[in-house]
Parts: sequence; C-alpha cells; structure tokens
Amino acid sequence: MKFRILAYFFLLLGVTDLTIKIFYGNIFSRFTEDYYEIANPILVFTPVLFFSLGGVFLKESRVSMSLENFGTTRIKYYSPQFICLAVVVLIFLFFTFNAQINMENRGIDFGFDFLAQESSFDMQFSLMDYDGQDPYWWAYVVALLNTLLVAVLGIIFCTIIGVVVGVARLSPNFLIRNTAAWYVEFFRNIPLLLQIFFWYYAALRALPLPQDASPLFGVTYLTIKGYYMPAFIWNNLNVFMYSILAAIVSIVFIRYYAIKLRDTQGKQIPVFYISLIILIILPLFTFLFGGVSLNFEIPVLKQLSATSFIYDGGIALPPELIALTLALSLYTATFVAECVRAGIQGIGKGQKEAASSLGLTANQVLKLVIMPQALRIIIPPTTNQYLNLTKNSSLAAAIAYPDLVLVFAGTALMQTGRAIEIVSITMLTYLSISLAIAALMNWYNKLIEIKEK
Amino acid sequence: MFKTIKQLTSFVAVVAVLFAFTTETMAAKKSKTLKNTQKKGFVRCGVSQGLPGFSNADASGNWTGIDVDVCRAVAAAVLGDANKVKFTPLSAKERFTALTSGEIDILSRNTTWTLSRDADIGLTFVGVNFYDGQGFMVRKSSGITSTSQFKDGISACTNIGTTTELNMRDFFNSKGISYEPVAFEKADEVVAAYDAGRCDTYTTDKSGLAAQRTKMSNPDEHIVLPETVSKEPLGPVVRQGDSVWEDIVRWSLNTMIEAEEYGITSANADSMKTSDNPAIKRLVGAEGELGAAFGLDNDWSLRIIKQVGNYGESYKRNIADTGILPDRGPNELWTKGGILYVPPAR
Repeated sequence: MKFRILAYFFLLLGVTDLTIKIFYGNIFSRFTEDYYEIANPILVFTPVLFFSLGGVFLKESRVSMSLENFGTTRIKYYSPQFICLAVVVLIFLFFTFNAQINMENRGIDFGFDFLAQESSFDMQFSLMDYDGQDPYWWAYVVALLNTLLVAVLGIIFCTIIGVVVGVARLSPNFLIRNTAAWYVEFFRNIPLLLQIFFWYYAALRALPLPQDASPLFGVTYLTIKGYYMPAFIWNNLNVFMYSILAAIVSIVFIRYYAIKLRDTQGKQIPVFYISLIILIILPLFTFLFGGVSLNFEIPVLKQLSATSFIYDGGIALPPELIALTLALSLYTATFVAECVRAGIQGIGKGQKEAASSLGLTANQVLKLVIMPQALRIIIPPTTNQYLNLTKNSSLAAAIAYPDLVLVFAGTALMQTGRAIEIVSITMLTYLSISLAIAALMNWYNKLIEIKEK
Repeated sequence: MFKTIKQLTSFVAVVAVLFAFTTETMAAKKSKTLKNTQKKGFVRCGVSQGLPGFSNADASGNWTGIDVDVCRAVAAAVLGDANKVKFTPLSAKERFTALTSGEIDILSRNTTWTLSRDADIGLTFVGVNFYDGQGFMVRKSSGITSTSQFKDGISACTNIGTTTELNMRDFFNSKGISYEPVAFEKADEVVAAYDAGRCDTYTTDKSGLAAQRTKMSNPDEHIVLPETVSKEPLGPVVRQGDSVWEDIVRWSLNTMIEAEEYGITSANADSMKTSDNPAIKRLVGAEGELGAAFGLDNDWSLRIIKQVGNYGESYKRNIADTGILPDRGPNELWTKGGILYVPPAR
C-alpha cells in the first residue's frame, strides 16, 4: 500500500512538473528567452527522475497486487500505461514548444510554403530536366532521384562483387581464397569517408585531362572531368523493346515447359542455351525486318580555351558519381561477401556430400543444393547492408555529388534558412527509403523461406 | 491524493522552487548576450575555416584577419581584452544555424548582406567591413582574359550555401552559356578540385579568389578575371532580437573605421585624449558618455583602437601586407575616394 502511494505521488509530481514547465515556462519565456536555453537539461531531468521513481514504486506495488487480484481492476492495470503514453506525449510537446518559442524569439518563420518558391540554383547532374527556375520541391525530387541512382547502382555492384568474393573465400584454390580474404579485410577496416576521398581526390585525380585521354574500348574516354560514352540513338525503339518483351515471355514459357518435361518424362533440355538464342535472335530480326536501326553519338573533343577541353555529345558520367559508386560498392561488398560466406558455411557439410554422391557437378551442387538453402541465411543480414549503403550514400556531400543531402539539406537549406523543415523532410525521406528497401527484402525473404505445410 | 501533510508540503515546496526558478530569470538585463558574454569571460565568434586575410589560423592556432579583428574589437570593448575571443570555424553551410542556435554570438565570416538573409532567417547584419564582388579565376595557360571568352560546357567550381552559387547561375544564364556547376561543402575542397583540373574556372568573391590563390600549388599559374559580376557587401552578423548586442557590434566596427578617418591609431590613441577636436575626444573616451548606452564604461572605444587598431591598420596588416589585395579599391575611406562612410559616433 505504501509503495502505491509513493508511486502515484511521484508520477503526479512528474506530470505537474512537466505541465508547469510547458505552460508556465512558455509564458515566462516571453520575457526571458534564457529560460529554455540555459535550463534545458535541468528541465528535462527532474520530470524524468520523478517518472522513473514513480515507475519503480509502481512496479514494487504491482508485484504484490497482481498476484492476489490480477484483472479485477482494469484501472490499476491500464493506468500506468496511460501515464507512460502521457509522458511521451508531454516530452514531445515540451521539445516542440521549446523550438517554437526559441524560433519566435529569433524571428524565424516556420512553414512549408518555401517548397513552391523558385529554387534559383543549378545542379551539376540530374536524371530529369532541372533548371533554376523550377521550385524547391522539384529540386528535392531530382536530388532524391540522384540519391536513389547511386543507391541502386551501389546495391547492384556490391551484390555482384559480394557474391563472387564470398564464394571465392571458400575456394579450394589458395591464391583465390587469400586474395578474397585480403580484399575483405582491407576494405572493411578503412572508414568509408576516407575511401570516398581516396577514390575522388587520389584515384580519379590521377586521370588524364580530356585532351590527353586515350580511348577506352575504342570510343569511350575516362578523364578527370568524367567518363564520356557514346549515346545510343534509336529508330523504332518500341519495336525493339517489344521484341525483347516477346523473347522474355517465350523464355518463361520454355522454362515452364522444361520443368514439366523433366518432372513427367525425366528429359532434360538445355534451357539456358535455348533462352540465350531466343534473346539474341528475336531482337536481331527487328533490325533486319522491323525497321529498327541504331546510331551512335560518339563524344567529340571540343576546345573551350587554349588548355581546356571537354567531350561534346554522348553521355557524360561525372567523376563524383563514379567515385561514390566505386567507394560504396567496394566497401559494402566486403560485408555482403561475409554474409554470403556465412550463409554457405551455415549449410551442413552433409548436404554438399550427399549432393556430390548423387553425381551432381560442383556447379550444380552450389546452384541447386547449397545456394537455395544458404539464401535463407544470407538475405536478412544482407538487407542490413543494403540499408547501410543507402544511408552511407549521404556522404556524397563530401565530394560534390548532388544527392539529397548536398542539394536539399545543403544548398536549399542555406538559401531558404528553413533548417527544421528541411532536415525533418530529409530524415523522413531516408526513413521511407530504408523502410521500402526493408519491406522489399522481407517480401523476398518470405518467398524463399521454408514453406511448412 | 496526499495521505500525509508531509507529502503535501513537499509537493508544494517543489512547485514553489520551480516557480522561483522561472521568476528569477525574469530579472535578466536588457541584453542577454552581453550579460552571458561578460559572465563567460569571452566573446563567441564564428569565422571561416581558413581564408587568408579575413580569418585564418596560423600553425599555433592564432587567428588573424579583418573578420577576426571585428570580434577582437568587440572583446576589447566588452571585456577589456581583445584576446578574449573563442573562435569557431564554420563552413558556409553551418554558419547561420550556428548563430541562430546560440552556439556563437557574432558571425564574422565574409558573409554577404542580402535582403532574404537579413529579413527571413532570424539574422541581423550590423554593417559592412569589406565591399566585394564575385569574380572568376582561370588558369593563365588557358589564354582566357575575360568572361566573354567562356564557352558552352565550361565547368565551374564553387561552394554550396553561398550567394556565389546563385550569382553564377544568373551570370551564365544572362550570357546564354551552358555550364557544369560543381559545388563543394568546404572551400579547401573547391580549391583542390580546381587546382587538379576538375574545373575550368573557380568562382567566388574576388577577395576570396585572391586569398585562395595564395594557397594553390603554383599561384602564378592562375589569374582573376577583371569582370565583377555581383555586389557582395561582406559584414558581421548577429542574432535577431538583441538590439543592444547588435549596437555594440555595429559601433565596434564603426569605431575602427571612424578612428581611421580621424587619424587615430593604436600608437597615438592615448595622446589623442588632449586633442582639440571634440569628435576625436569622444572616440577616445575623453568627452561624452558614449559607452553608457550599451552598459559599457567610457573607455570602450579607446580599448578597441589601442588593442586592435583602426580599420586602415587592420586592412594593412591582414590584406595589403600579405599581398592579397594591396589596392584598397572601394574599401578606402570616403574622404580618399572609396565608399567607406560610417555614421558619426556622438
């Protein structure tokens, strides 16, 4: 009984304390803005102390209470939970009021109307048309696409490198195994920001100027100002696309038929080679009969001044994008490789031996027996690595790649001065991207996990 | 609710303490920033991350520059010692947040005075300590001698979060030139990228170009083009809402400029107390009660002149003698053909 009185006393004290600080503190602070600035730690500390004391006593009192008459009084059962909720809400309100008052005192506006204003700055690189006359919200969309571009590229490359290195770490070949191990240990243990700086400031800086560059693969040029590639100019692109679509549909159909053939008659047909032939022949026909043709726009050296050149025409990948993608994928690939290795080693040795004794080749063992089971172990930790890569892409700001953080939380924030609004939007955006990736990976995980009937 | 008198009294006591705490701070003086500065014993000043002539730290961590001198002047006026300044190096992106959030009390970081900054984001510009304009730097070997020789596809390096980024767009758009903006967060990164050949031109305030040029691997290989494409009045900034502090910073700067106008230097300031000119006597605290309005003693301006020097001394020491911009240009006194003109201290 004594405990419960003490518990209610402290909880009430906490609520009163917070209420007074929020509402009265609010009023007083109009006269002296010192109040919140200086007293913040003390202001939050006392209610937290009161609530924790209250919680401790409440728990003490509930131990004896719950044994005797649990469930008889709902109020007793639910009231602590309500109080907890109230505390969370009050603390949230406290910080909101605090920010509001300090902003009011300093004459800072709050609102999202700036999003419709003209942005009036330019962006180095964008996937969609962007101009300084466009509003801030469009700058946000374009910057977000740049972030997604580097995230998607990074995820694709880190998966490819990660799987190869992960499998290589288990290779019986001494050289392959140890090279892979050294790669993982080296890239995993150097801070990512340093690696980004290395690729951008050291590695790419060593590239030649455009006029000195010798062609790579005949028509592409890797220079200090970027990677210049020919652009494709299509005639009747849609016919070509339809032919690829038709090829994919027929491959799916053939695969289905092959499985059926295998299950019913035990016959095997070389599905892979048939698919490959279809995928090449069908689009090829469109060139011969469908009126499809392809031209290349090859980058041409253009002189800007006595010593300054660029390549005009074609596609130009900025060095910032290349450095960032390189650093992100090489760094994250080490973690993916370790996930892959863990997944393969997590499958019992007996599985491999049993498959081998059935006469499957080493490739078939890996593809048909080990990998399908290993994936169940690999997917969840790899999801974490994808999320890390996406969040790490915000380090782009260090090397001038126009991602969400550089453009929106950087330039836009500076030009509008709307720090709270822009930072919250940016945080929410990263949260949404991460949750979307996690949802997608969880869905895939569900798809491949053991179906228990 | 309260089972014993003791509990009730303790509750009342806690509430009373809370109230006492809130009412005590109501007695705060007119200027909160001045009070806090005097309590702390140093002026919190936001400067650049290293711009020779404006705010730059040497190997032993001593800050010098004309922006630094503004903060030192305020420290001399308010605390009696120009060295009692704590400098916080800030990037262009961080600077305003640092000021509005109360991390620093003066932002003296080659910051351009614009309408939207002054009116929109809780800042107040107190004056101009350097009249500047945006320019372009190119490699001498490129053969470019004027911005009219710029061609489509030119890449331009600059800082994010600056007026430069906006002016650059205005400039290239008005000329109808397509360009590739490459915007970095730190000035050193911009210089490194330009120096390595990533960009054809580096654009920022002309004073900044002249100062950064000294940092390059071979300064003689680069030239600043003659064209000025914008107005960039640079000056110290304070938080909005503390008008006394605002006045102290404004008049600390004005004192330095006016001292130069009347020929008062750090060397002759004491002897000027016996001058025949009442304007000079007011500036060195021998006449009038000018400090009282700020809650300061009467020697505040004398301390600024003695410890920091007048504007001309500061300019010579930091910008002219270091070879950044030997010619004062518009930053000459109005009496000598420049546009430095401050209201009278009386």
